[in-house]
Amino acid sequence: MTATTSAPPSRPQVLARTAREKTPMTKKRREALAAYAFLAPDVLGLLIFVAVPMVLAFGVAFFKVDGFGNYQYVGLANYKLMGSDDQLWASLKITGIYVVAFVPIAFVVSFALAMLVRNHFKGIGWVRSAFFLPNVVSLVVVGLIWQFLLVDKRGAISNLLAPLGLGDVSFLGTPSLALGTYVVISVWFLMGYQMLVFLAGLKDVPKELEDAAEIDGASAWQRFRYVIWPLLRPTSFFIVVNSTIGAVTGLQAFDLVYVLTKGGPARATSTVVLYIYEQAFTFNNMGYAAALTTVVVGILVLCTGLMFAFTRGGRFDED
Amino acid sequence: MRTRFFPILAHVLAIIAVAPLLWILISALKPAEDVFSFGWPSTWTLDNLQYVLLKIPLPTFLMNSAIVSVVVTVVALFFHSMAAYALARLRFPGRGIIFSGIMSTLLVSLPVILVPLFLVAKQLGLLDSYAGLIVPSIFHAFGIFLLRQYYLNIPRELEEAADLDGCGYWRRYWSVILPLSRPVLASLSVLFFLANWNAFLWPLTITRNPDLRVIQLGISGMQGQYASAWNLILAAAVIAAIPTVVVFVAGQKRLVDAMKTTGLK
Repeated sequence: MTATTSAPPSRPQVLARTAREKTPMTKKRREALAAYAFLAPDVLGLLIFVAVPMVLAFGVAFFKVDGFGNYQYVGLANYKLMGSDDQLWASLKITGIYVVAFVPIAFVVSFALAMLVRNHFKGIGWVRSAFFLPNVVSLVVVGLIWQFLLVDKRGAISNLLAPLGLGDVSFLGTPSLALGTYVVISVWFLMGYQMLVFLAGLKDVPKELEDAAEIDGASAWQRFRYVIWPLLRPTSFFIVVNSTIGAVTGLQAFDLVYVLTKGGPARATSTVVLYIYEQAFTFNNMGYAAALTTVVVGILVLCTGLMFAFTRGGRFDED
Repeated sequence: MRTRFFPILAHVLAIIAVAPLLWILISALKPAEDVFSFGWPSTWTLDNLQYVLLKIPLPTFLMNSAIVSVVVTVVALFFHSMAAYALARLRFPGRGIIFSGIMSTLLVSLPVILVPLFLVAKQLGLLDSYAGLIVPSIFHAFGIFLLRQYYLNIPRELEEAADLDGCGYWRRYWSVILPLSRPVLASLSVLFFLANWNAFLWPLTITRNPDLRVIQLGISGMQGQYASAWNLILAAAVIAAIPTVVVFVAGQKRLVDAMKTTGLK
């Protein structure tokens, strides 16, 4: 609130100064002052609510924090604890499997959808909206919807699968199936968004280039492989990075599992971010949760770095 | 033959994609005992919707969500457009560093900083308050980035005319830049509203007081309380989803424009 008012009050003095002397030097200063005033609210906000927490995580990681907010310095104890924390390793493995399954499946599905709705046909508007619609409702609603559809024996999915003899399968109640179910639901939720990003990328593929290839006798596959695919590289790179980060630390890794399975059954869908949340707010181990946070940040920085290295930097940030 | 096949396939897949949503809508309008019946309801009823609106404080939850979403959206658009104007149009020492600094926060998502952010919010006395729901949700680099890109493309001549008229930077921003950015502000407002209406993790973390519950917390809380009353849970879920679908349909074109620009270009 105080930040909002910081811009206008600086004006009178600034105007007064220019009235006195209007040399290039003061105009420069005037412009800089105005710029800082314009930036102040957002920069302060981002510092307090993003940058400070980031740094704080690395500090709190060396403390034991009890329920009353008392801090006790414990050195590396939180990090040493991780070695023997089986649930942590289990949740890291679950997040790993989730990433390895979700990222490629979502990529292929949304790319296929983008190719399908790329060229105009009757009703294309509704089709595009339909694919995007699941992304509009909240993850809580998505979780509730699928819980209802997947209710054991009586749910719509069981009814659909009954003729195939699969009516008794408990998709959310069987540890070996729950993670896969979570992947499928995530793809359903995010495919429309990724499809839109692909469509935006496809717009930059000149139609003439494809037509020329077709005239030269290139098959559909060849046109895809040698014209579309290379030109779509920056978009593909963005999708892979973005969806990997989302799979590890996005809201889909928390909201959806929290509502759908609470990490169960038998912790089969306990993602890392859900585990950190539990440590912090169920067991009140803030210090340990902060230490875990730093590990996730480390993993994320490492993954992004590796992806940039392997792809020699998917150049999507020119301009 | 081939040209017919793909459009038909697209329509079929589209129906499959929205089927779960339609099924929920239909099921919410079935009598309690029919909620699992596989097929068209024999009788339609509004009892479920009526029950959750009257017997459960759903209107309070909806009100809380509306307040938070609208305030966050308006304040965020205001702050972000100010910051973006400075970054796109003004020259000042440290512009490059400040811009990269802001951009570097794009990678940070809420689940990552949740624990330390909670500690900061607690220190600032924001627990269990509207301020706690609203203030930390305002700051996000994406809006700044998108607005900056937009402002870079507004012709400088328009601003120079205002400069010659003796307008200060505030007037140039307020009377020239802001009115010109209506389309992009509209796109972002759709995006921000949806994100905040659908927010769950932060409200879950920052509030305990039932009076401050937002709609997503409200409906997820019904899981425990009304565990087997699926007709009521679905009715509440439908009510929570209606505003998002309405906003999407109304602002679809704008939303799509903003989405397409995510990260790219």
